[in-house]
Amino acid sequence: MFEAGFFYLFATMTVIGGMGVVMARHTMHSVMFLIFCFFNSAGLFFLLDAEFLGIILILIYVGAVMVLFMFVIMMLEVNKAKLREGFLQYLPMGGIIAVALLIEFIAAASSGIFHTDAMANVGHLGQEVNNTVEIGKILYTQYLLGFEIAAIILLVALVGAIVLTLRTRKDAKYQNISKQVNVRKEDRLRKVRM
Amino acid sequence: MEWTDIALTGLIWALEILAIAIPVALSVAYITYAERRVIGLMQVRKGCNRVGPFGLLQPLADGLKLFLKETIIPSQSNKILFVAAPVMALVPALVAFAVVPFGETTLFGLWDTAHVMAIAHLNVGILYIMAISSLAIYGVLMAGWSSNSKYALIAAVRATCQMISYEISMGFALVCVLMLSGSMDLSVIVNAQTGGFWHWYIIPLFPMFLVYFISGCAETNRTPFDLVEGEAELVAGHIVEYSGMWFATFSLAEYGAMILISLLTSILFLGGWDAPIPALDFIPGTVWLLLKTSFFIFVFIWFRATFPRFRYDQMMRLGWKVFLPWTLAWIAVLGLFTYAGELNSSLTILSDMIGYYQPWRS
Repeated sequence: MFEAGFFYLFATMTVIGGMGVVMARHTMHSVMFLIFCFFNSAGLFFLLDAEFLGIILILIYVGAVMVLFMFVIMMLEVNKAKLREGFLQYLPMGGIIAVALLIEFIAAASSGIFHTDAMANVGHLGQEVNNTVEIGKILYTQYLLGFEIAAIILLVALVGAIVLTLRTRKDAKYQNISKQVNVRKEDRLRKVRM
Repeated sequence: MEWTDIALTGLIWALEILAIAIPVALSVAYITYAERRVIGLMQVRKGCNRVGPFGLLQPLADGLKLFLKETIIPSQSNKILFVAAPVMALVPALVAFAVVPFGETTLFGLWDTAHVMAIAHLNVGILYIMAISSLAIYGVLMAGWSSNSKYALIAAVRATCQMISYEISMGFALVCVLMLSGSMDLSVIVNAQTGGFWHWYIIPLFPMFLVYFISGCAETNRTPFDLVEGEAELVAGHIVEYSGMWFATFSLAEYGAMILISLLTSILFLGGWDAPIPALDFIPGTVWLLLKTSFFIFVFIWFRATFPRFRYDQMMRLGWKVFLPWTLAWIAVLGLFTYAGELNSSLTILSDMIGYYQPWRS
């Protein structure tokens, strides 16, 4: 009973958060709604005994990704009137996409594939099963290749971002910190007899 | 489950939460007092000694003053977020205490097995604390942005850069601890270090201990790293527009985070509630844990009295170019040591050495 109650609580809050993201007038409020949405999704993960995934969701998305989102939004000057200009123009296209997605979701949900009978494990596992250990084992054995490829792709993206943004200006004065740290009194002070 | 059972469980939870939250709030009040006295001693002056004996009632007087002050909300600010920001700063600082174990007790022989003294006994305790403490930044960010002030905004941007940079090296330092203990459960980590100070993780992980503590300093915006509120250039940073109780909430969050970092450093690297030599086991474990924590809080204050503030580029360099390579290298070294014996039998001594600290391998 408790579990069902919490599921409906988290699920409703997730949906409310998601709607808030789209409907909030202020971009900053949208971001706050998105964070709220992530928290409730993490709650859903906890209900599934996936505490590792739930906490990682908060750590990565709320703790890092959304901070950077906010960082960018703080710097933006959002002109609300201009944002609303194209609303009617884009409405038909957006509506078609929304309806198509809705039909797809309903079809997928009613197809019978996502049914509790089709799941490998419906109930809760015992307390001795530590899903951090299980995820680690499967990630580093069965899916090692995919995991490593993902890591390399991320590394390439990282290097690419640095290459794109790194520029050395000739006229700027850069400090050599090891030089600064290694300065001794004798290098700078000169005793003058008056 | 009957309703009386549910009510009883709820009452016990409420008591447990109060048993952590009230001491934290009280210690925050007296850490501010200790800070003023200790810095006073270090700078050869008296510090606060007027209110009560030795100035011991000073925190109460300060609290009363802050409580009676008017809370001013700037007219051009974003009101909702301006009011919510101090709460967003305080909540993570308090919620993180939920998984911190304060010792193991049998309740004076009432229980057969020792129970861990924590509100929630999570088996992903470290990750939980990482996740919750990374949320502390929203308080600063929101305060800075919603105040609609240049200084506050610059402070918020600085805070973001600082916290994100130091969180990474902090996380990698924790990975080193995990590689030794083999568990993310904080009580398992402490139990892996029992049996005297030569079992403590500060010995194999000394550089990581330094990295963790200094990164903790940067995470809580304490002095050498307090350029978020550097008064020379930013007046008071993100809290420049706040007054009265809302201002006090921010310092409550800052000192709460400081206590948390000190507790965690003692738990992860100094054996938590473990006595330094087994002969001293008759002193309760919680006393040891609090002693170690108090020492680290003292070190925080000591830092504040000793070091000048970092320059912005120096701080970034320290995080990315010094700490990050150190931690990554130490992870590699630990990994190589752990499996050296399997590569070559002549290297077994290396994996035996590190295996002394790894209970999960035997």
